[in-house]
Amino acid sequence: MGRVVLVTGVARDLGSRLARRLAVTPGIDKVVGLDVQPPPGDIHGIKYVRADIRTPVVGKVLAVEDVDTVVHMNVGAPQRQLGSRSAVKEINVIGTMQLLAACQNSRTVERLVVQSSTAVYGTSARNPAMFTEHTPSRSVAGSGFPKDAVDIEAYVRGFGRRRPDVTIATFRLGNVLAADVLGPFSEYLQLPVLPAMLGYDPRLQFLHPFDALNVLSLAATGDVTGTYNVVGPQVLALSQAARRLGRPLLRLPSVGFNSVTQRMVRMMSSDFTPELARLFKYGRVCDGSKLERELGYEMLYSTPQTLDAFAETIEPGVLSAMGGTRV
Amino acid sequence: MSDAPQEHPPIGSPEVTKTAAKKASAKKAPAKKASAKKASAAKKTATAKAPAAKKAPAKKAPAAKKASVKKAAPAAKAPSSRPAPVEKPAVQIAPKADVPAIGSPVEVITVTPARVEPEPLHVAPEPDRETPTPEATTHERPTFSLVVDNEQEPAAEAAPGIPLAELVSALVEGARSVLGEDWEAKAAELLALVRRRIAGDYEVDEFGLDSQLHAIGMAAIRPLAEKWFRIEVRGAEHIPSDGGALVVANHSGTIPVDAAMTTLIVNDHAQRTLRLLGADLVFELPFAGELARKMGATLACNEDAERLLGDGHIVGVWPEGFKGIGKPYSERYKLQRFGRGGFVSAAMRAGVPIVPVSIVGAEEIYPMIGNVPSLARLLGLPYLPITPFFPWLGPLGLIPLPSKWIIEFGEPVRTDAYPPEAADDPMLVFNVTDQVRETIQQTLYALLVDRGHPFV
Repeated sequence: MGRVVLVTGVARDLGSRLARRLAVTPGIDKVVGLDVQPPPGDIHGIKYVRADIRTPVVGKVLAVEDVDTVVHMNVGAPQRQLGSRSAVKEINVIGTMQLLAACQNSRTVERLVVQSSTAVYGTSARNPAMFTEHTPSRSVAGSGFPKDAVDIEAYVRGFGRRRPDVTIATFRLGNVLAADVLGPFSEYLQLPVLPAMLGYDPRLQFLHPFDALNVLSLAATGDVTGTYNVVGPQVLALSQAARRLGRPLLRLPSVGFNSVTQRMVRMMSSDFTPELARLFKYGRVCDGSKLERELGYEMLYSTPQTLDAFAETIEPGVLSAMGGTRV
Repeated sequence: MSDAPQEHPPIGSPEVTKTAAKKASAKKAPAKKASAKKASAAKKTATAKAPAAKKAPAKKAPAAKKASVKKAAPAAKAPSSRPAPVEKPAVQIAPKADVPAIGSPVEVITVTPARVEPEPLHVAPEPDRETPTPEATTHERPTFSLVVDNEQEPAAEAAPGIPLAELVSALVEGARSVLGEDWEAKAAELLALVRRRIAGDYEVDEFGLDSQLHAIGMAAIRPLAEKWFRIEVRGAEHIPSDGGALVVANHSGTIPVDAAMTTLIVNDHAQRTLRLLGADLVFELPFAGELARKMGATLACNEDAERLLGDGHIVGVWPEGFKGIGKPYSERYKLQRFGRGGFVSAAMRAGVPIVPVSIVGAEEIYPMIGNVPSLARLLGLPYLPITPFFPWLGPLGLIPLPSKWIIEFGEPVRTDAYPPEAADDPMLVFNVTDQVRETIQQTLYALLVDRGHPFV
């Protein structure tokens, strides 16, 4: 008998894509998708269960469907499309707790794959230039999504101690960037003018969703344990990314940056999350070599390639005519 | 006069970049025409005023849609008063038509500040802003007239009496003297570089190093090193030509000019990029942190040091930190505590040599005679210096004193003989730290005797 995979958060872009991918993966019998909203588009081959992850219903789903692999994709930075900040936080934290509680009581679950974020490393001037999986963050996240991510990973570790028989793989995804995947950077970089902090030029990394899905499905089907950074190799400075997109940077002083930017971005009928502003001073660069070293997965898209792929799918910026095309 | 303008255009024309050298000859013909026209225009003086003015609007008509305010102003001015500006309208027309080709003259000028005379600076930005306008004419011709015009306009505004020809030839001479005989090719190359910068087509490494900016930074401080500080380098052969190495030096001078100068010396004598390790405060500050990262500096922590050394970079560290750089002038050339020996253990783990460097001269650039600790604490700075000139002369006080510098690279201390676990032996680490510190201190004394008077 093949495997039965439960994917949480199938209504989201990455979750639904992963579920669809797993549905056609050989060796997987059934894919169960869990979310409060049905996944967008074709759900052929996915058994969609409408349930709130914050309720104990999850346990019943696990039992009824004989799920042996759980892929937790219902973790994400708050964005207006996902609902209010507090709702997103609750889904992140309470949802994970409920899911882990259900897994702990389940007799069938053998494997847990968790989508985390590189936000757990925080961002500050006191951190080394590159985070490895072992780097302790010197800027303890006090609030917001980074704190959620840290908490979620702590719960997962606790679960690992109580159920040592379950293989656990945690993937800290970098900034997923693609026009068709909702994410803070996908929205930000489509603004006609990019607000940035005066006197700071953060180093950034972008992750192509294709790579993210490859890694997650690799873990859902294979035997993977441990924590891995999943980031696009190489680095772009924010100013460089803006130039590549042909969008002008608007440098604003760091004092009052958040409120001014939020107001301004709202005028451009978009949304600016404070999670993003955190990155705008010091940026965040992670070392993703462990993934290649231990899992043998080589990233297909580097950070500049991810950005270039993104640039092709969005409207060209106003400055694109300058400097001609890149060779 | 006729040959002067021909040589100009490549500077400002991105179109030319790819095939600049080839096109250059082809371009000459139209250029001559253009310049000839202008020459005749210049000869007509007051009498010519009216026709010239008439001619201008006529020519302008096609271009009028694109550009607006700027153009209108000179056109209006021309007929009104001065005799010299007569040709101005004619001049103005050309840039508009060929603006599209330009894309970057602004950048060219900013990148190599020394290269072009100041006048074009003011003019260039305007065409640049209008860049997006499509090309109205062929590449070659417009690019030509453009630079000539750039040239001419300020002339007309600033000094009506100076003939255009002289300015143009002066500019060409200037370009030749700065860039050498094949300045056209070099200018084209430079322009290609500028275009890649604008398109974001360059690389930044994981630590934030931007090699192109680094090269520009080095070029910018080289005159300071050679002419102002007259740096004398000794023992440059001790800089390892490849593989990881840790350069350890004494720190002084209130502002870390010594780090910049050491980077320059390593860059010029070993053709390697010295990766500096800086305090976290540097990276917290706006602008300073950004600049430091782009120049290849990173936070002084074991992770970064070991990563850099492991990758085979040459790393520079000033273990005294703020204690060294912020010490009063009366304690000059007395080494402070050498950190906690972290740099030694990092070098031992990576098995790379430690190169002790003694820098004489940096102590005198900003002699710190006082400190305002309370205000410094308020600003979150480790010290707030008072020098004989600093707060008193305002920004002028920021000019470093022209002391004579000597930088000596000492015999490298090898660490590869120690086993890797030696890095965890604090006694051994302290011993090596002291050895490096002592070497630098003794060399400093010797160099001070050699140098004699600090400012001669």
